[in-house]
Amino acid sequence: MAAVGEPALLDFLKTPVATFQDFVVLSGRAFGNIFRSPHYTDDIFLQMDVIGIGSLPIVMFIGLFSGLIMGLQSSRALATYGQQDQMGEILAFTLIRELGPVLVALLVAGRNASGIASEIGSMRVTEQIDAMRALGTDPIKKLVTPRLIATAVVLPLLTIIADFIGLLGGYFIAWSLFSMPASQYWTSVYQDLAFNDVVQGLVKPFAFAIIIALVGCFYGMRTTGGTQGVGRATTTAVVTSSMWIFVASYFIDLAILIFVNLR
Amino acid sequence: MTPDSILRFENVNLHFGDAPALVDVSFELKQGETRVVLGAAGSGKTTLLKCAIGLTRPDSGRILLFDREVTALKESQLFELRARVGVLFQEGGLFDSMTVAENVEYPLVNQAVHHAAIAHNGDLAERVREALRFVELEQTLDRFPSQLSGGMRRRVGIARAVVTEPALVLYDSPTAGLDPITANTIINLIIKERDLRNTAAIIVTYRYQDGHLVANFRYNPNSGHIEPAARIDDIPGGTPGGVEDPLKTEFLVMNEGRLVFEGSQEQLRASSDPYVRKFVK
Repeated sequence: MAAVGEPALLDFLKTPVATFQDFVVLSGRAFGNIFRSPHYTDDIFLQMDVIGIGSLPIVMFIGLFSGLIMGLQSSRALATYGQQDQMGEILAFTLIRELGPVLVALLVAGRNASGIASEIGSMRVTEQIDAMRALGTDPIKKLVTPRLIATAVVLPLLTIIADFIGLLGGYFIAWSLFSMPASQYWTSVYQDLAFNDVVQGLVKPFAFAIIIALVGCFYGMRTTGGTQGVGRATTTAVVTSSMWIFVASYFIDLAILIFVNLR
Repeated sequence: MTPDSILRFENVNLHFGDAPALVDVSFELKQGETRVVLGAAGSGKTTLLKCAIGLTRPDSGRILLFDREVTALKESQLFELRARVGVLFQEGGLFDSMTVAENVEYPLVNQAVHHAAIAHNGDLAERVREALRFVELEQTLDRFPSQLSGGMRRRVGIARAVVTEPALVLYDSPTAGLDPITANTIINLIIKERDLRNTAAIIVTYRYQDGHLVANFRYNPNSGHIEPAARIDDIPGGTPGGVEDPLKTEFLVMNEGRLVFEGSQEQLRASSDPYVRKFVK
């Protein structure tokens, strides 16, 4: 009986482990293809346009308002201690280290992990992926790798823009509430920002981009069950990539704490 | 193995989970021959085609395509082999992000990508136009697949499948979901392609009518029409009832992954198997 009971105990792990294994295989092939010809450069630029230019307005909008909100929130706390002149520093830390990368990544996950999953998923259920293979194209090379490269290039850039506009928003609050001169605000932004804050602020969107592109492609590629399946794949891609964005953010923070700050 | 063998299945088995998709399937297709595969939905017809070009890998058995063992090749090695096969997918399988012209051009461009050394005989655009002229859709070059009707999509699919002049064409349910008139147009195109280029073909369908047309009609290049093929009884010394020799059409019937019948149209008509009889109307 034990022989029958034992495997059943771990059976619930089978599906997630197999799924993760498939994900690793797909990721490996997607990365491997970066260095293998043929390269579908047109597809990379098309995806950069879709993901980058397409997300720009919403990313700027969210950047501005998170700066304004953070400005208002921190102004009250800082005013209690008479430390209003530190506002630039507080905003720089929160926006560049965490808020900017995570907010932008969540937005892009909502816009593009879903877009990628539904596009590839529809191609899957209408046999376009099989057609591609039948016509001699590796769908991972043609579909996954260009999306991976495009997202990895574009997301850090979007994050930089969001961070900057957020800081502008913060300055608007500092100026309107405390009549803070621009030089004072920007000096405090600049002064306390260490090199590793900037690195952190750029490593994160890079890692998040990999998560968004690969998770979107992964769930798109394994879509089954017609149009309903496409809907399911899209939802799963957004939920899963959002979750992994937070998990990755935590581990990057942890790694930087251990390897950089504690040295 | 005979030298003119195009495709050969040897005891191929495949299961999806617990469900059998192919059970001990063996057959051989030679140069210029046509196989009409009949079977109900889910009987393994599409899986058979996907296995033939390595899109799906069987659990056991061997598949030989142009004398190369598909089952032993890596995906990257298969790309070259697949370039010699044209495939029409169930709904056409057209890339809906591309125009009709780009779709038809795709296999040509792709071959150029993989074999930079292969020089194209003739201009790319001209070959695309020619393939679309073949399916009489030359006027749709710049339209997108979503702007076409189901029958037109199928015809563009055929143009894309034959543009590279493959030695073997696989048709997956070419007439499914089409009205009888459009369905006949599609079958006529299949006959025309076969007779003009002498390509081998596998036609998967659930309509006996499709197989009947393919087995008994031929394309007359002089009139440009599809005509009944001359009966052998019209030819001195021919077997009564038989069809003129060049139309080497045989029927396969599949049921739950098994090949339950293999033979000529006459044998199919004469079969007493109740499942097989359902397809002979």
